[in-house]
Amino acid sequence: MASGFEFDWSAAFGSVPYLLKGIPYTLLISFGGLLIGFLIGIFMGLASLSRNRLLRWPATAYIEIFRGTPILVQVLFIFYGLPDIVGGPINALTAGIAAIALNSGAYISEVVRGGVQSIDKGQTEAGVSLGLSRSQTFWSVVWPQALRRMIPPLGNQAIVSIKDTSLFSVIGVGELVRQGQIYIATTFTAFEVYFMVALLYLAITLTLSFLLRFAERRGLASS
Amino acid sequence: MEKIVRMQRLNKYFGDHHVLKDIDLEVQSGEVVVIIGASGSGKSTLIRCVNGLEEYESGELVVDQQPLEPKGGNQKSLAAIRKEVGMVFQQFNLFPHLTVKENIMLAPMKVKSTDKSAAADIAMKLLDRVGIANQAEKYPTQLSGGQQQRVAIARALAMEPRLMLFDEPTSALDPEMIGEVLDVMRELAKEGMTMMVVTHEMGFAREVADRVIYIHGGQIVEEGKPEAVFDNPQNERTQSFLSRVLKH
Repeated sequence: MASGFEFDWSAAFGSVPYLLKGIPYTLLISFGGLLIGFLIGIFMGLASLSRNRLLRWPATAYIEIFRGTPILVQVLFIFYGLPDIVGGPINALTAGIAAIALNSGAYISEVVRGGVQSIDKGQTEAGVSLGLSRSQTFWSVVWPQALRRMIPPLGNQAIVSIKDTSLFSVIGVGELVRQGQIYIATTFTAFEVYFMVALLYLAITLTLSFLLRFAERRGLASS
Repeated sequence: MEKIVRMQRLNKYFGDHHVLKDIDLEVQSGEVVVIIGASGSGKSTLIRCVNGLEEYESGELVVDQQPLEPKGGNQKSLAAIRKEVGMVFQQFNLFPHLTVKENIMLAPMKVKSTDKSAAADIAMKLLDRVGIANQAEKYPTQLSGGQQQRVAIARALAMEPRLMLFDEPTSALDPEMIGEVLDVMRELAKEGMTMMVVTHEMGFAREVADRVIYIHGGQIVEEGKPEAVFDNPQNERTQSFLSRVLKH
């Protein structure tokens, strides 16, 4: 009996329509969170490069805190901990998006910092020598080049964050893993269902990898 | 004649290192001043002070009637000075994400609010002048070094500067491309552009310069007409420098 396991194809395929219902949540949390995380990352990344300590220090603190603590703890803190302070429950979906935003934001800050720092000082010198202001030089000369270099690490972060959303099954968001768990609870076909869950994650991340490689090639073609 | 640059007792330090020592220097409108000297002598730092890429510690600097104060002082004139002073770098520093034409259009559009089609006209005229109008739509990395440097010159000229600074413009070029860049600079000098040129091209200095300055250890040790400096140097440091660079 122990070695008599047979892959139950009907259970695997049967779970798919159910699992697919989780994908919108997975995508919404991932990309909603990443979009906000990107904005946070631009702001905090640039603040961490600032000569002004009042910008640099809080940015550095934020980055260290959210990179240095597990995202699972962060989402539990937001979902179960914060309501004590804000005085009302926090929607699980909101908590998930917030956790991805804050967590990816910390990593993206570092991507932004590295991208900007990788641009040769001569570019800034050429810009200001032409009479452009510091901010004109930054936004029209340095930033577009930095952004292009940031594509691969940003893609990497997107893939990490998509997978991180699987942890949010613990706060009851009906994302992919959660849908799988609910299905397994009635069918007891863990192997088949988690196998399909894994395949669906892979489908999302491979699609993203492909799109990013395409974007990167187009970016390189013009530089 | 109008003075474009006036430096008085200008001193510059990098940490403890005294890079420029009591520099007194004036450049008249239309003059071509070539600055020569060994690496590390401070010649690049000197011209980088003129457009504020380097701050100096003490002394006085006036560029195109506008005082540029030492480090920590009022830098309000800096923006106005940079509009009037073009610079060409050893490493070209073209913007790799923009086409050749866009490289030239950027500053007129951003700084002078020139509209796009007028900026494109300016760019094409300048590219024609430096002999590479046919490369306008390419990206800088698709061009040879000599072509890139000519684009860089055109880019600086697009702001119609009153003074052009050249910081070793041919030092990063393959030998066969040096000539085409010097030709453009020679034309520019002929048209009356005020130029400060840091270079190791002694032939160019002799032919084009109105005045040659030899700088050693952060000090101007010799200065004069090219014939005087090259054929009859007074200072022994100049003599030994020239004997080393002119031998081959």
